[in-house]
Amino acid sequence: MRLHLFPLRQPGYIDSVDWSVLSASEGQRLREFGVCEGASIEALHRGGLMGRGPLACKVGRMTIAMRRNHAEAIDVRSGPETPAQ
Amino acid sequence: MTAIPLVALVGNPNAGKSALFNALTGARQKLGNYPGVTVERKSGRISLDDGRPVELVDLPGTYSLDPTSPDEQVTRDVILGRQEGERLPDALVIVVDASNLDNHLRFALELIALGLPTIVALNMVDLATRDGLELDANTLSADLGVPVIATVAVRKRGLDHLRGALEGMLDGGPRQLRPSVPDIGFDARRAEARRIARAAIVTETPSRRLTAAVDRVALHPVMGLVVLLSLLFVMFQAVYAWSQPPITMIEGWAAAAADAASAALPDGLLRSFLVDGVINGVGSVIVFLPQILILFFFILMLEATGYMTRAAFMMDGLMARVGLSGRAFIPLLSSFACAVPGIMATRTISDPKDRLTTILIAPLMTCSARLPVYAVIIGAFIPAQTVGPGIGLQGLVLFILYVAGIIGALIVALILRVTVTKGKSSGFLMEMPKYQFPRIQDILIGLWQRAVIFLKRAGTIIFASTVILWLLLSFPKPPVGSNVSPVDYSIAGRIAGGLNVVMEPIGFNRDISLALIPAMAAREVAVSALATVYSLEANDDEAALERSLGDRLKGRWSLPTALAFLAWFVFAPQCISTIAVTRRETNGWRWPAFMVGYLFALAYCAAGITFWIATAAGL
Repeated sequence: MRLHLFPLRQPGYIDSVDWSVLSASEGQRLREFGVCEGASIEALHRGGLMGRGPLACKVGRMTIAMRRNHAEAIDVRSGPETPAQ
Repeated sequence: MTAIPLVALVGNPNAGKSALFNALTGARQKLGNYPGVTVERKSGRISLDDGRPVELVDLPGTYSLDPTSPDEQVTRDVILGRQEGERLPDALVIVVDASNLDNHLRFALELIALGLPTIVALNMVDLATRDGLELDANTLSADLGVPVIATVAVRKRGLDHLRGALEGMLDGGPRQLRPSVPDIGFDARRAEARRIARAAIVTETPSRRLTAAVDRVALHPVMGLVVLLSLLFVMFQAVYAWSQPPITMIEGWAAAAADAASAALPDGLLRSFLVDGVINGVGSVIVFLPQILILFFFILMLEATGYMTRAAFMMDGLMARVGLSGRAFIPLLSSFACAVPGIMATRTISDPKDRLTTILIAPLMTCSARLPVYAVIIGAFIPAQTVGPGIGLQGLVLFILYVAGIIGALIVALILRVTVTKGKSSGFLMEMPKYQFPRIQDILIGLWQRAVIFLKRAGTIIFASTVILWLLLSFPKPPVGSNVSPVDYSIAGRIAGGLNVVMEPIGFNRDISLALIPAMAAREVAVSALATVYSLEANDDEAALERSLGDRLKGRWSLPTALAFLAWFVFAPQCISTIAVTRRETNGWRWPAFMVGYLFALAYCAAGITFWIATAAGL
C-alpha cells in the first residue's frame, strides 16, 4: 500500500520506493533520511485541514516530514521490519 | 610561528553541534562570513589542558558530502580544504546524536574515510537515555577506529575528555587528506553504519514518548494551528508588555545624559550637536533594544526547543498554495527579527526559484527595525485600552500590522511564482528533531550576539545618518530677523520640500518626507530623524523639549497621516543591509533593484489607500 494511504500509527516497513518519480535531489535527501527498501516506517501525522498538508512519519529513529507526492512513491507493508535487509 | 591548529565541528543537522560549540567556547565566539558567500562562519578559541590554543569552527550541518544547498557546500569545501579563506582543518570532531546513530554514523563513516585526525563526539547521551537507549562507547570506538567520547553539552566531564582527546590528536605535522579515498558507496556505508550502531546498543526500549505526545497536539490540523497562532500572539503581546520597565529605564538614562550635556555645555553648535543629534537621535533608537531582544528571545526559543520545524510543517499546506514550501517559513519567521539573517537562512532551501521568491518577500516580514517606528506611532495615536481579557488595543494593532505584512508577502509570492520566478513548485522534505529543553547558555549567547549587532548598528549606521541629518538640518542658518523656521531654511528642509510634492497626496507632511531621507539607511532611523527634527524645532522652548516624541507627534499629525505612515512601513524597503545581502545572495543588482522597486510601489499605494480611506471615514 502506498504510504499516503497507509493508516496512521501502525508499524510497517518499506517494500519498495519508486525512485524514478522523484527528482535526483529529493531522492538523495530521502535516502539520507534513511528511506530505503526494508526500513521501518510509521505514518504519524497528516498536516493541514482535509489532509492536504504534508505527512510526518518515523523512519528508523528519525521523524521526517514529506509531501504527498513523496509518500505516493513509497510502497509500505504492515508488520515489523524484515530482518533480512 | 606556526598557525593555531584548526578543528572543525561537523555533523548532521540536529546533532546538537551548536550547543556543544557554545559549551566549549562560551561567549568567546567570532561571527563572520566565508568570502563570496553569505554562509555564516562561526569560530571560537579554546585552550587545551596543556595551554595550547585551538581554533574551533562550527560548520553548517549536513547529511553527506553531496551538498544540495549553499551552506552544505561550504561544509564540504572546508572539510576537503577547498574553501576560499579557510585552511584544511587539522582535525575533525564529528558530532553524532546518540539516539539517531544509524543515520548519523553513515555520514561519520564518510568523514572518517577522508583520513583526517578524527574524534567522534557521541552527543546528547542524556536524551538517548531518556528515550530508553543505552550505548557502549568503547564498542563504537573499536568499530569506527577513532576515539569516541560521550558528551552532553551541559556536563563538564565529557567536555574535558573531548579536549583531552584533541590534545593527543593535534601532535604531529601538517595534515593532508588521504589520497584517492576508496568510496564504498552510499548503500554500503548505510549498511555498515547500521551494523555498527546495532553492535553499540546495549539496551533499547520504545523511543520518543515525550516528542510523540507533544506532536499529537502540535501537529494536529486544528489544535496545532491554535498552538502556532497563540504562540505568535503571545510573542507580539510580550514585545509590548515585558519591555516597558527596561524602556523606561533607558529613557531615564538618555534624559539624564541630555540634561547633563545641556548643563555642562554653553548654548551653541556643540551642545545642539550632542543633545539634538547624538543623544536624542541615537538614544531614541537604543530605547528599542529591550523589544528587539524579547523578539529574538522567542525566535531563539522556538528554534532551540525544536518547535520551529513543527511550525514549518503546519504552514506547508498554506505555503504550497502560494508556490513555496514550509521550509520557507523558517527564514520568513526569522525575518520578523531581521531580514538579513532571514535572507541568509534561505540558503537551506535547495530549489533556486523557491529560494529567490523567499528572499524577495523576506523584507515584507515585519522586522525588529520597524518596531521603533510602530511603537512610537502606536504609542502616540492608539489609546492604551483593553478590548478584551488580556488583549490590549495597542498590541492588537501591532499584531494587525504584522498580519498585513504576512498577507502582503503571500500575495506577492503567489504573483512572483506565476511571473518572474515561474517554475515547478519544489517539494518539502525536512527532518523534525526531538523536542528538548533549551539551554539558558545557548539562548543568552544568541541574545548577546544580537544585542552587540544592534548596538554596533546604532553606533555606526544610525549614528552617522543622524549626524548627517543634523548637519543638513542645521545649515544654512536663516538670516537674523527672518521669520522662516530654521528647519525650512536648511538644506534638508529644502530637499524635503521637493520630495513632499510626491508624498503629499498620500497624507505625508514635510517632516515625514524629511525623516524618510536618512531612513533609507535603516528603518529605525526614521524615529531618530523625527526626534532630531522636533528637537531642533523646539529649540528654546523648554516645555516642548520636555515632551516625549510621541506627544510632539500627536500635536502635529492627523490620525490618517499616522495610519498612512504605519502602512508605508509595512512595505517600505528602507534598509541598506537588506539590499546589500540580497545583492550578495543573488549575485548581482538585478534582483535587489527589482525588490526595492516593487516594495516602494507597494508602500506608496498602501499608504495612499490607508490615508484616503481613513480621511473618508472621518478619522
